[in-house]
Amino acid sequence: MSDQLSAWQLILQGDPALFAIVQLSIVVSLSAVALAALVGMPLGALLALTRFPGRSALVVLLNAFMGLPPVVVGLAVYLLLSRSGPLGAMGILFTPTAMVIAQTILIVPIIAALTRQTVEDLWLEYRDELAAMDVSPLGRVATLLWDARLSLVTALLAGLGRAAAEVGAVMIVGGNIDGFTRTMTTAIALETSKGNLPLAMGLGLVLVSLVLAINAAAWGVRSWSERQAG
Amino acid sequence: MIARIPALALAICLAAAPALAQDRSIVVASTTSTQDSGLFGYLLPIFKAKTSIDVKVIALGTGQALDTARRGDADVVLVHARPQEENFVAQGFGVRRFDVMYNDFVLIGPKDDPAGVKGQDIETALKTIAAKAAPFVSRGDRSGTHAAELSLWKQAGIEIDRQKGLWYRDIGQGMGAALNTAAAMNAYVLSDRGTWISFKNRGDLDIAVEGDKRLFNQYGVILVNPEKYPSVKKDFGQAFIDWLLSAEGQTAIANYRIKGQQLFFPNAQQKPS
Amino acid sequence: MRAPSSDLPVILERVSVRAGATTMLDDVSLGIRPGPPTLVVGPNGSGKTTLLRVCMGLVAPTEGRISWGGRSDAAPIRRAILFQRPVMLRRTAAGNIAYALAQAGVPRSRRPARVAELLQRVGLSELAQRSARKLSGGEQQRLALARALARDPELLFLDEPTANLDPAATRAVEEIILLAAQSGIKIVMASHDLGQVRRIAGDVVFLVRGKLCEQGPAESFLARPSTPEAAAFVCGDLVI
Repeated sequence: MSDQLSAWQLILQGDPALFAIVQLSIVVSLSAVALAALVGMPLGALLALTRFPGRSALVVLLNAFMGLPPVVVGLAVYLLLSRSGPLGAMGILFTPTAMVIAQTILIVPIIAALTRQTVEDLWLEYRDELAAMDVSPLGRVATLLWDARLSLVTALLAGLGRAAAEVGAVMIVGGNIDGFTRTMTTAIALETSKGNLPLAMGLGLVLVSLVLAINAAAWGVRSWSERQAG
Repeated sequence: MIARIPALALAICLAAAPALAQDRSIVVASTTSTQDSGLFGYLLPIFKAKTSIDVKVIALGTGQALDTARRGDADVVLVHARPQEENFVAQGFGVRRFDVMYNDFVLIGPKDDPAGVKGQDIETALKTIAAKAAPFVSRGDRSGTHAAELSLWKQAGIEIDRQKGLWYRDIGQGMGAALNTAAAMNAYVLSDRGTWISFKNRGDLDIAVEGDKRLFNQYGVILVNPEKYPSVKKDFGQAFIDWLLSAEGQTAIANYRIKGQQLFFPNAQQKPS
Repeated sequence: MRAPSSDLPVILERVSVRAGATTMLDDVSLGIRPGPPTLVVGPNGSGKTTLLRVCMGLVAPTEGRISWGGRSDAAPIRRAILFQRPVMLRRTAAGNIAYALAQAGVPRSRRPARVAELLQRVGLSELAQRSARKLSGGEQQRLALARALARDPELLFLDEPTANLDPAATRAVEEIILLAAQSGIKIVMASHDLGQVRRIAGDVVFLVRGKLCEQGPAESFLARPSTPEAAAFVCGDLVI
C-alpha cells in the first residue's frame, strides 16, 4: 500500500490492498458475530429461563467475561492452535480462521450476557401468559427470542463493535501477514509503528465510518420493522 | 483400457492440483526491522513471480521470532542476532544458518544533541549518555536490535542493569514504536538504518552516531528443522532460502532503495546446497 | 374413538396455599361443575386470584388436593385463563391470536379463518393489524379474551376482567362473556362488582381472608346472605 497517499485517496482510487484489508476485517468480524450468536443466544436464553445450582456463579462469570482482554484471548487461542499445542495438527494458526475463532470467543460472553438480561426481563412479563397457554420449554425460548429480537439486535451490534475494534487477539493469532491476515486494526497498528501517523489515522476514520454505517443500517432495519409491526 | 490410465492420472492430478496450489506457501518469522523497512514488500513479489510460492511473513522481535519457530509455527526464520541464531541451531530447532545481508545500526537522537554526543564513536557516546542521564529509549523486547544495544552498553563498560535510572526508558516494543516514543520524548535510541530511513514520524530526531564498526548488523536465515516438526514445509522453505542466497536474490536485496538510499547490503558467503 | 377427557368437574379438597408466612387460601373445599357462570367474590386480598390460579393449575396447593375431571395431572388442555392485567405479546392483534391458536395445536392452514372469526367475536376486526401493545385497556382485555377463546376451552377463568375499564368497555366485555357462557363454556370469574354479580352470575363463591365463607346460587346470596360477612358485603360495607 502506497505510503504517500492518505487513506481516503486510496479509497477513491480503489487501492486493491486497502480493499482487501477492509474486506477481511468485515468478513472476520461478521463471521465471528454470526458464530457467537449461534452459541451465545441459546446460552443466554437458557440461563434466563432455567434454575440450577451454580447458575448465579455462571451469570457473574459471563458478565465479567464481557470485559475479557482481547490480547489474553489471543494468547490463549495461540497456545491452543500452535503446532506444539493441542490443536496444532489443524494447522490453522496465522489464518483468518484462527482470527474468527479468537473473536468469537471474545464476543460470546457479550452476546450471551445481553441475551440473558433481555430474555429474563421479557420472561418476567410473559411468564404467566405463556404458562396459561401451556407453551413448551422450547417454545418459550423461541417465543422470547423472537419477540425480543429488536433488543437482541443491539446485543449483536455490541458484539460487532467489540470485534471490529480489537487488535490484540487478531494480531497474535493472525500474525498481521501482508495480503493474508491484515485487518484494519492491525494495519493501523503497523502504520503507526512505521511512523505513518496520518495514514494510520485515516485508516482509523475509515474503520469508524464502516462501523457507523453498519449501525445506521441496523437502525434503519429496526425502524422499518417497527413500522411493519404497526 | 490402456487409455483409461492417463485419463485417471489426469483426473487425480486435477483433483490434487487445487489442494497443492492452495498450499504453496510458507511462514517466515522475521523481525520488525525487515518489515518496517519495507524490504519484504519489495522482495516477495519477485520471489512469488518466479516460484508461485506465497511467503507469509510474521514480524516479531528476533527473540519472539525464534520462539515462534521453536513452537513449530514457522518454516523459516530471518533475524539478526547471531548468538541467538547459533544457539537456535545448536538446540536442534534449525537446520543450518546462512548469512544473507547486513546493514548497520545508527544512534538516533534529538537534533540539538543535548548530551553532546554527535560525531563520537558509539562507546564514548553511550558513556556520555549514561553519565549525563540523557533520556534513552530501549526496545527491551529481546530483539536483535535490543541484543545489539545491550552488547554495546557492555562494550562501553556500563552495566546497564545496575546503572540505569529514570532516563532509561524500557518500552518492550518494536522499532517503529521505539522511534515514535523517542520522537515524543526527545530521547536517544538505537535503531537499524533500514527502519530509520523509511520512518516517517521523525519529529526533531536525526542521526547522532554512525559508521562505527561496532554498529555492524548481520542478518541470518535458517530453515526450521523438519525432524523436529514434520509439518515444516521444507521444500518451499529451502527454495526461499536458496533464492535469497542466489545471485538473483542478492541483487534484488541490493536494489531495494528508499529515497535513493540502499538499506541492506547482501553478503551471502556459502553457496546454497 | 375415545371421548376427549374433560377438565370438569374441578374438585378442590381442603386446599391451602401458603407462601412463607402468608396464607392465601385456607382449607378451601369446593367443586366447579358445568352450568351457568360462577362468580368468585370477596374483598380485595381475599384470595380470589389465588383460587383462580389454583383451579387453572398454575399454582400447586401447599396442602390438600385438586382434580380436573377426576385426574390430578395438570395439563391445561381445554381450560384457559384471562389475567387481571393481561400481557400483550409484541405482535399485532391478529398475531397474538394466531400465536394462541398455534400453541393450542390448530394446524397452520386453519388459523387465518379462526383468527378472523375470533377477532369478530370480540369486536376487534378493524384493529387486526395494529400492534397489540398500542391498543387501549378495553381493547387489550378483549384481545386477551380472544386469545383465551382461541384455545376452544370448556372452562374459562377470568380475573376481574373489567376492573380497570369504563362502563362502555365493561359492557362490551360482559356481552362477550355471556355469549361464551351460552355457547357452553363454563365461566369462573372473579369480581368485586356486585352489579356484575347480578348481571352474570349463576352461582357465587364468597371468600374472606382466604377462607370459603359462603357458596350458593347468586339469587340467594344477594337476597338472603347467610353469614354476617356476606351480609355486610352485599350491603356494600367494608368486610375487614
